[in-house]
This record gives sequence, C-alpha cells and structure tokens, in this order.
Amino acid sequence: MDKFTRHTGTGLPLRRSNVDTDQIIPAVYLKRVTRTGFEDGLFAAWRKDPQFVTNRPEHAGATVLVAGPDFGTGSSREHAVWALLDYGFRVVISSRFADIFRGNSGKAGLLAAQVGQDVVEQLWKLIESEPSTQIVVDLQERSVQAGALTAPFEIDDYTRWRLLEGLDDIGLTLSHEDDIAAFESTRPAWKPVTL
Amino acid sequence: MGRTLSEKVWDEHVVRSAPGEPDLLFVDLHLLHEVTSPQAFEGLRLAGRGVRRPDLTLATEDHNVPTVDVDLPIADPVSRTQVETLRRNAAEFGVRLHPLGDVEQGIVHVVGPQLGLTQPGMTIVCGDSHTSTHGAFGAIAFGIGTSEVEHVLATQTLMQSRPRTMAVTVDGTLPDGVTAKDLVLTLIAHTGTGGGQGYIVEYRGSAIEALSMEARMTVCNMSIEWGAKAGMIAPDQTTFDYVEGRPEAPEGADWDAAVAHWRTLVTDEDAVFDREIVLDASTMTPFVTWGTNPGQGVPLGGAVPDPAGFEDEGDQVAAQKALEYMGLEAGTPMREVKVDTVFVGSCTNGRIEDLRAAADVIRGRHVSPDTRLLVVPGSVRVRLQAEEEGLDIVFKEAGGEWRGAGCSMCLGMNPDQLQPGERSASTSNRNFEGRQGKGGRTHLVSPLVAAATAVTGTLASPADLSPA
Repeated sequence: MDKFTRHTGTGLPLRRSNVDTDQIIPAVYLKRVTRTGFEDGLFAAWRKDPQFVTNRPEHAGATVLVAGPDFGTGSSREHAVWALLDYGFRVVISSRFADIFRGNSGKAGLLAAQVGQDVVEQLWKLIESEPSTQIVVDLQERSVQAGALTAPFEIDDYTRWRLLEGLDDIGLTLSHEDDIAAFESTRPAWKPVTL
Repeated sequence: MGRTLSEKVWDEHVVRSAPGEPDLLFVDLHLLHEVTSPQAFEGLRLAGRGVRRPDLTLATEDHNVPTVDVDLPIADPVSRTQVETLRRNAAEFGVRLHPLGDVEQGIVHVVGPQLGLTQPGMTIVCGDSHTSTHGAFGAIAFGIGTSEVEHVLATQTLMQSRPRTMAVTVDGTLPDGVTAKDLVLTLIAHTGTGGGQGYIVEYRGSAIEALSMEARMTVCNMSIEWGAKAGMIAPDQTTFDYVEGRPEAPEGADWDAAVAHWRTLVTDEDAVFDREIVLDASTMTPFVTWGTNPGQGVPLGGAVPDPAGFEDEGDQVAAQKALEYMGLEAGTPMREVKVDTVFVGSCTNGRIEDLRAAADVIRGRHVSPDTRLLVVPGSVRVRLQAEEEGLDIVFKEAGGEWRGAGCSMCLGMNPDQLQPGERSASTSNRNFEGRQGKGGRTHLVSPLVAAATAVTGTLASPADLSPA
C-alpha cells in the first residue's frame, strides 16, 4: 500500500445521507475477480441522471468526496472502496461512517475522514459556490483545510499510523506468529473443525 | 466488576494485546463465498502465502448462483467465472467447499448453523455483513472486507479494536402473528441505521429467551442494519438442543465439556453495558418498511409518513427522496400498497421455520393473479426438509415458484431480479434503492406478512385473510 500523508484536490458534494454500499456499487458490478476496474460501477444507478453531481463538468476530476452522515452502510463489499479509488477519489469526508466501510478504507488506502456535520455543511457550500476550491487533507495533522475553513478530522491512531507508513497488515501480524502458535496450542479440543 | 457476554468471548480470543494497538483476535471459523474471496486468494498467491488453517475454513457458493437449472452450467459467463475461481482456489489452498449441486450447498449463514459448525463462544467472520446471524448462538460474528478475508486466510487472526457494549432488552410476550422479523424491524425504526455503530449488542429479556434458534438468527442477522458491529444472544438450553447431534457438533465427553463451558457464557449480574435500550414486545405489531433503508418502517396498520413530520432536516430530505424512489404518497395506508412480487428467502428468513410459517398461511389459498410468489430455500437441506413436509406442493399449488437454494433476489446478483418500478414484499434484509434489481422497490416484511401479501396482492397480515 502507498503511503498517505497529505492530499490536495477538489471536492465533490454528495448531499445524501445513508449512502449504502449498494448505491456506491450495485451487486451486479461485483462479479470481477480482479482488484481493479470497478470505476464503472461507482454510483451506477445515480450516474444515469445527467444532473447527478459526478456528471457536472465543474466537478470533473474531484478527488475528495464530501458526503452526508452514515456513509457506507450495508454490505461489507470492499468493492465499494475499490470503486471509489478506481474512479479517482483519495478521501471521503463524512460525519459518520459505517464500521465495515471505515475498516475497508483503511486497508485499501482510502482515507475516511470523520468531521462534524457542520464542517460537512460548510464544505458543501464552499465547493458548490467555488468548485475549484482546493481541499487539503493532512493526515499527519489530522486536518481539513479549504478556503478560510480549517477543521480537525477524526481517525483512529492505528489506522492513521498504518496509512502514514503504508504498512502491510498481514506482514505486521505475521511478525507475531509465535503468539498465534502459542494461542492455537491452548484451544480446547472440542472446538469444531471443517476438515 | 463482572463482564458482559461479549467481553467474555472477546477475552477468550485475544492472541495479543498492546497499548495503542487493536487486539489481535483469533478466528475460530472463517466462512467464504464466491464474491468477496477471489481478490483475497489472489493476494495470497502474489505474496507466496498459504491458508494458515484450512481446517477452520469453509466455503460455499451462494451469492450469484442461479436458483433454476442448477444442474446446468451457469448461463452468465461472469458469474460462472467467479464460481469457477472459488472452486479453483478451494482446491489449490485445500479449503472445504460445498458447490452448487452439493447437498450441503446454500447461503453461508444457513449452512454454518445447520452443519453444527456455528457454536456458542466462537469468533466467526465472513466477507459478508450478515455474518452477524451466527451471534444467535452466543458467538462474536461479524462481516469483514476482502483485505481482512486475506488477513484471516493468512494468519487466522484479525486486528480489531474492542467495541463498546450495548444491551437491547425486550421483555413481554410477542402477540400472535408478530415475529422476530417484526421485532427487529421495530428496533431498527427506533434506533435508525446508525444507532448501533461501534457496539456489540446483546439481545436479552424474556421475549428474546422465548424465541426459537431460527428466530434468534433472524434478529441477530439484522444487527448490521442498525450499524452494530455484531449482535449476540446468550446460549441457553434452546441453543444446546439446536446444536446437539448436528454433523460437526461435539460428541460424548467433548459435548459435556463444551456445554459446561458454554453455560459460563452469560453476562454477569454486576456487569455494566455502555448503553441500554429497553423495548416491550407486547406492544409490537406486524412491521413493514416504506422507504429505502431498513430504519424507514412503520406498523402494517400505519400509513406512509409525511416527510414534513420528521424533526431532523436530514431525515426530511431522506424521506422525501425515499418516497420519490418508492413511488409512494404520504398518508397512504400501508395495507393499500400493491405488490408485484413476493420473495420468501434469504439468510434472514430462508430457514425451515420461515417456510413453514409462510406455507401455513398459503395452504388452501391462491396467490393473487397480479402477484408473483418466489420461494427460495436458504440451503439445499432446507429445501429437502420442506419437500419432505410437502411445503413445496403448498407453494406450487397456490401458484408460487419453488426454487433452488441461494441468496437469489435478496441482492439480485443472479437472474432473480425485480424489473424497474416493480414492487416487492420481501423477507430479506435490505430495501436499498435497486437492491433487488435496478429500479426495484422493496418493502421488508416477515414471512407471515409476505405470505398474506401474496394472497391479497397488497401488503397484508394473515389476520386480514378470509378463512381458507
């Protein structure tokens, strides 16, 4: 995974709450067996509307998605994160993320930055009035800056560290293999096995 | 201070704990299916890693498989590739797989419990958010993404921050005709889709204790729909009776040792939950959704709400958008909503008790001429049991379709989909926009409401039907 320290880009205002992962990428787009190529499925149903925010020329090339509360609810599909990344987003800002989506983002290198809903509202107004506004998301400082607005965002320390270092989770865990083996040796014999 | 059920099970699985880091948790059972696993296996291959514990891993084909012509090659080439990829990966990495055509094939969350692999006190994960189902046995069970699937395959562990604890206490007795599905839909309407976020929830109280194992699975299944990390119910005699004698259940002295341990898996009297919700089952009624998330529900006897009636501005906008998508007018009685398709199935309500409940309503009656009834058993075993009891005949004689096992129209990944604008009453778990097919409109209901709705063609409960 690439290191994530600071990102600067324009924003996309998605004025919706409860954007579930079926909206981010419908199930029919989940049939690929590769890890890339999911951009076609991103917001597939909504994008058919020419007025949908991704279709507005003033927001072309946006890399920071600013969405309403409860973003990423529903299905565990990591494809939702991959679709956002494949489409070009690097950061999602919301006042509340579903747990699984937040976890998946951290694993795949998409920054899920949680801010107060008042900050989301200010960002929406700012982006809508001046779409070329550069939004600076600084993971080191845990801050979002756009125009005159500077606000802190929340992310757990561990995910932040991993993103900053670009670390491979599995490699980290395997460095504790002795602990895993020791634990395995203490498991009760009656625990079920599949083979 | 005492500990809660979830804290006890969590503590038993901590491999490593360090300040400032998430706990490293051991995973007792890892369930796989064709949609969220291919990239995980590919990651292993690229890194030259193997599956650490194939003996704690089980795969089945469920999400995209057809429910008709299951003995033929899958017609959709992309779905076929995905299924064939799982078969290749299972063979290469030594993972037990129940493929289409196998007698143990079915929805992953139906298969685990029926094999007896799901047991109290376990940690169970799967690349599917409805893994919360297994919490009905007093297990910590939750859905994970594909990166985490790869992590579990390689290490049999997961890094997880300890969630907060919540109790949902439901006392009283559910009235006749009111089911576990109505109970959990009522709860979600009360909490909203984010109300459980960050919590492992324990469902308790006399109404929960009175539920059968399968009804408990329905409740825990929907935990994710109000944002909870997991939902659990303390194991009791109902649990032990369900597990005993199943193919993978402990036997003899192992059984005695297991049960002795399982009996300790209850919340201590002096344990404190971070949050508590109390509900009264005796006031509950059949419950249906009107909107596009599972929290947008009302009693069947109610009406489509007026968006202006919501206090929160965001809720008003969400309700307005939902009504536009659903093609509903505020104030319309729910019982007047006309339904095109009734879907009985899914990991929420696709088990034998659900099919029996639906068949009891349908028996001697006929499906409304303008309505399609699709009955999809949760597993091949459920299908065979239903056929042994003649339930398939009941559905077919009434004009319904009797299908093979899988996720089917719950998520519309296979050909079982709604057409644009088509409206369903569905025993599944999500009424998101387009969930059951592009442009499809979903009302979440119990199996009893689904069956009655199939007869009348409008949302209904069995009490609304004239005698068969």
